[in-house]
Amino acid sequence: MSATNDIWVFVEHEKGEPKKVSLELATKAKELADALGGSAAAVALGPGAGACAKKVGLYGAGTVFVSEDEQLASYSITPQAQVLADLIGERQPRVVLFPATPAAKDIAAQASARIGAGVLTNSIDVSIKDGAVASTAPAFGGSIEVTSTVAGDVPQFILVRPNALLPQQVGGDAQVVAIGAGVKEDSLLAKVVDVVVEAGAEAPLEEAAIIVSGGRGVGGPENFKVLEDLAKELGGVVGASRAAVDAGWISYPHQVGQTGKTVKPNLYIACGISGAIQHKVGMQTSKVIVAINKNGDAPIFEFADLGIVGDVFEVVPKLTEEIRKRKQMT
Amino acid sequence: MNIVVCLKQVPDTTAEKKLNAEFRLDRASVEKIINPFDEYAIEEALKLKEQKGGTVTALSVGPESAKEAVRKAVAMGVEKAVLVSDDALAGSDSLGTARAIVGALKKTSADIVLFGMASTDAASAQVPAKVAALLNQPLLSYVSKLEAGESSATVRRQTDKGYDVITASLPAVVSVVKGINEPRYPSLKGIMQAKRTQIDVWSLADIGVSAAEVGKAGATEKVLGFVPAKARQAGKVVKDDGTAAAVVADFLVASKCL
Repeated sequence: MSATNDIWVFVEHEKGEPKKVSLELATKAKELADALGGSAAAVALGPGAGACAKKVGLYGAGTVFVSEDEQLASYSITPQAQVLADLIGERQPRVVLFPATPAAKDIAAQASARIGAGVLTNSIDVSIKDGAVASTAPAFGGSIEVTSTVAGDVPQFILVRPNALLPQQVGGDAQVVAIGAGVKEDSLLAKVVDVVVEAGAEAPLEEAAIIVSGGRGVGGPENFKVLEDLAKELGGVVGASRAAVDAGWISYPHQVGQTGKTVKPNLYIACGISGAIQHKVGMQTSKVIVAINKNGDAPIFEFADLGIVGDVFEVVPKLTEEIRKRKQMT
Repeated sequence: MNIVVCLKQVPDTTAEKKLNAEFRLDRASVEKIINPFDEYAIEEALKLKEQKGGTVTALSVGPESAKEAVRKAVAMGVEKAVLVSDDALAGSDSLGTARAIVGALKKTSADIVLFGMASTDAASAQVPAKVAALLNQPLLSYVSKLEAGESSATVRRQTDKGYDVITASLPAVVSVVKGINEPRYPSLKGIMQAKRTQIDVWSLADIGVSAAEVGKAGATEKVLGFVPAKARQAGKVVKDDGTAAAVVADFLVASKCL
C-alpha cells in the first residue's frame, strides 16, 4: 500500500474549464477518500489550471495541485506525465483516477511506466471492496463485468469512462497548491507546432449526453444533414456506424463501435444502423437506445428500448419538428 | 530506415464469445485475427519503406499461435518477422508487454516503431505510450498522417476538434488511427512468401528481460470477481404509420431524455 489513503483526480480541462468527466471523478474521489479516511485531491496542469480549482473543489476535491506552465498545455503528453509522476512520487496518493480519454490514457500510461503504477482501464464504476479500491469494467464484448484491484505496494491508476459516474456538488472551497517541480529537459521530446480546429470535425462523442448516429441506411453523405438537424435540436452530437465511415459519408472521429469510440450517453438514437456486434459493443451501455430502421428484422431492435420500423427520412425530420414544437410549448 | 511494426493477435469480435463455467473466455471456441488497428500500422510501415527504403520488421509478443498474425504481416509485404514467446509471459499486463517489446526493440535498432492505436480485446491503449516512456523516445500517438524525414517526423494527431501538428526527432514511437491509410490485401506472392518466411522466436533470455518483470509475476491487476453483464432487453417496436415522431417524442419525455 502507498503511504496515504488519498484519492486523486487527474483533471482534463479546456483552457481552465474542467471537462464534465473531471467533475464526475472529483465526486467519486471524495466518496472514496471519506470512506478510507484520506483526502481527495486533484491535479490540473497547463495554462488555465488555476481556474479549474473552484469547480473541481465544488465537486469534491479538497486540494487542487496546479501548474500553469505553458509546456504542460493540454496537447503535451510526456511533460505532463513526468510532472504528474514526480508529484505522485513525492505525495504518495493511494489511487489516481483519470478520464478514459485519448490524452489522459497516454498520460496515465507514461506516468505509470515511470513509477511502476498498476493501471486498470475502461472502468465504469469504482468502489471499495474489503478495504481495497476496486474498478468494474466490461470485458469480452460487454458480456461480463470484471471487478479488479491493484495488488502490491504500488500506486493504483484507474481510467474511468466519461458519463459513467454522477457529478455532485459535494465539496467546497479547495485549497490550491502550486506544484514546485517543473518540466525536465528530457521530457520535451515532441513539439506541438500547431493546434488545428476543423469546421465540422468536432466529435466529442465520449462525453456527449445525446448522440444521433447514422449507418448504412442513411444512404449518403448529404443525408447526414437530417441527423445533424435532430442532434442540434436535442443538443447532441452526430455519430456513425463503421459502414457509414467506410463509405466516406462522415469522418472517422464520428465512428462508434469496436474500431471507433465507446460511448455512454443518456440517449442514443440509431438511424439506419442494423446493430451488428461491432457497433453494439461501442454503445450498449447507453442509458436509453432508440432505433429507427426500415428493416424490422434488424438486430438493433433486439436491444433498443424503443424501435421504430420506418424510413429515417420520414421519421427523423418529423421528430426534429416535434421536439422543436414541444420545446416551444414549455 | 529501419521500421518495426508491433502486432497483437486478438480474438475475433465478429462472433459473440462463449464463456466457460468460470466466466473465462473459452479460447478454443474463438477464431483469432490480427488486431484490426494493426493493419493500418503495417500499411503505414510498408508505405514508409516504399518512400525511404530500408526494412520492415513485424514484432509480436504472444503464444506460438501468434505466428499466424505475424504471417499475415509478411503476406502484406513485411520482410522480417519476430515473435517474442515465453511461458513466463502468460498473464502479462500492459507494462509487462511493453517491457518485452522494449527488450526486443533493443536488439533491432528501429528508427520508427509503429503500433495500432489500441487492441480490440483489451482496448486499454496503454502499450505504445509505455514503450515510448521506457525507451525515453518521443510518443506520437493517434496519428492520422505521418511524414518522415531522415532524422525527424511530422505528424497529425487526431483530436476531437481536428488535429494537432507535432514534430519529433527520430527514433520515435508512433501509434496510428484507422483512416490514416487503406490497408492493402496480401498478394498471392506475399501469401506464398509468408509460408516460407522464417519467423524468429525469441525467449525472455534472448531479449534480456527478467521473468519477474513480465507475465503473472509482473502484473499488478488482481481480479476480485466476475458477473454477467445485465443484458439489454428488446423494448417496444412500433411500425411507423405516420405518427412515429410523436411516439418517439412521448417516449423521450417519459424516459426523461427531453
